Amino acid sequence: MEKLSNSANLKRQMMLDSLFRMTTRFFAFLVLALLVGILISLVIGAMPSIRHFGWGFLTSTEWDPVTENFGAVVPIFGTLVTSFIALLIGVPVSFGIAIFLTEICPPLLKRPLGIAVELLAGIPSIIYGMWGLFVFAPLFGDHVQPWIMENLGEWPLIGFLFQGAPMGIGIFTAGLILAIMVIPFIASVMRDVFEVVPPMLKESAYGLGGTTWEVIRNVVLPYTKTGVIGGIMLGLGRALGETMAVTFVIGNSTNLSSSLFDPGNSIASALANEFAEATGEFHMAALIELGLILFFITFVVLSCSKLLLLQLKKQEGRNS
Amino acid sequence: MTTTLTARSPNTDRTMSARPSKNSRNNAIYARRRFVNGFNMTASLLAMGFGLFWLAWILYTLLVHGLAGMSVDVFTKITPPPGSEGGLINAIAGSLKMTFFGTLLGTPIGILAGVYLAEFGERGWLAPATRFINDILLSAPSIVIGLFIYEMYVVTMGHFSGWAGALALSLLVIPVVVRTTENMLRLVPNSLREAAIALGAPQWKVTMYVTLRSAKAGVITGILLAVARISGETAPLLFTALNNQFWSGMNQPMANLPIVIFQFAMSPYEDWHALAWAGALLITLSVLTLNIVARWLGSQKSQSH
Repeated sequence: MEKLSNSANLKRQMMLDSLFRMTTRFFAFLVLALLVGILISLVIGAMPSIRHFGWGFLTSTEWDPVTENFGAVVPIFGTLVTSFIALLIGVPVSFGIAIFLTEICPPLLKRPLGIAVELLAGIPSIIYGMWGLFVFAPLFGDHVQPWIMENLGEWPLIGFLFQGAPMGIGIFTAGLILAIMVIPFIASVMRDVFEVVPPMLKESAYGLGGTTWEVIRNVVLPYTKTGVIGGIMLGLGRALGETMAVTFVIGNSTNLSSSLFDPGNSIASALANEFAEATGEFHMAALIELGLILFFITFVVLSCSKLLLLQLKKQEGRNS
Repeated sequence: MTTTLTARSPNTDRTMSARPSKNSRNNAIYARRRFVNGFNMTASLLAMGFGLFWLAWILYTLLVHGLAGMSVDVFTKITPPPGSEGGLINAIAGSLKMTFFGTLLGTPIGILAGVYLAEFGERGWLAPATRFINDILLSAPSIVIGLFIYEMYVVTMGHFSGWAGALALSLLVIPVVVRTTENMLRLVPNSLREAAIALGAPQWKVTMYVTLRSAKAGVITGILLAVARISGETAPLLFTALNNQFWSGMNQPMANLPIVIFQFAMSPYEDWHALAWAGALLITLSVLTLNIVARWLGSQKSQSH
């Protein structure tokens, strides 16, 4: 009798076990399905625009809600250029911060400074936007921009980048604020990968008489190359999709302009500004297609970042 | 061989190369190397200062403007029409409600998926694929999540609503919770699992009562980080919850702090600006507090191990 209930109990527990396993498996699958779902729903939503504009959507600079004629060049250009500026400023600074935190920071300050940098990542993006619009842009437009225009605006080759009216807002300001926003992400990845370098390698280089910089340049960097690039790509992924900070300061103009000081538009800011008010069938579909393009670009960038970081992990496993 | 090389501490080795060398060429090389090193280390110090400078500036502005805009009205009155007095109470309540439901919806899904990755994820294609996709969702543009919920929920229901906002936020909670749950479960020593299994406990009991329980602090840290992340998010709410000037139920467009801040800051009215700054200060303080509490919990956990 007791044996029977035992085996019944065992059966019940085994059933519960497989039920548990199936449940967790289902939810893991759900995460996977989420990505596919996002992709499919965006494609369906963008269908009218894809059908109507075809590949021309990617090469047209038009953006006219009145005549329902749409092209993606201006927002894509704005997204890429602001992200590029963000990396141009953010990468060297993040590199410096990571070196400071791993190599020259006194141990007592390591934790507080690390937390401070991470706090920068915690500030909501809308705060960056407000600060950029109300505090930074007026100062920049009144004091810094006129000086840059005067001194660099006449230069051959790069002068055209710094022309226009000193309004404070525009593509350059958006890029600069993005740089401040991606610094904590890139810096913390770099710091983490710098810390995986085996101390033995570094100490050997110091033993040969290398300076701190030479050790970083010739030992740490080659060892963590893939991880560093992965971190940069992660920052790029963040910068590409950032919405609110950019929307506040980019100026939301649908004209293509060569000057970095002119207002522009990014994919995310176009969506944020126009989507809730879009009424025409093609207007909404075109905006969704922009979202699809953004999702596609960030997907590729983030995948590359992830693959590079995975590769570093593998290498680390092999060497130790 | 290597041990003899590394036995000395790096500092004494660096001073060794400072010995006066025999010819001046060596001295020149040495001076240049030292200059390059000093230059780059100074640059690194400046980079750190650059980062802290923006943090200090932003927080300073936020405190000055935010405190100036703060008043009892902020917590007692609803959002005003332009030109009249008012507060933010309906937006604060809306944000709290959507954050609460978003977390409530997203957390169990995240924890269960994380359990799968940590406990059953050794074999098969599903776990590595999910891990990969999850990391991408973690940094995917949140505005696209908003578009997705718009397509799936708002279009089907025919109107913007607080539920749509909560759904969009829950999709942002999931990847954060999955990631931290998996990492925390992996820190649990296998001997604990084995001890429980040896006592005859079935797998689900081992996971629920032993593994998850001992990783509790870490999992809670993850949830707090997720809450911190979604409470400042604006983009996914733009076309899901939209906004509302008045009190509203979850099934109607709902006021929430980020969108109110966005709308008020972009407006030309001074008193709206003041309210926007007050809201911005509230959001930032709560997000940073959550971050710090989460970090503190996380460090408690790592110390006890």
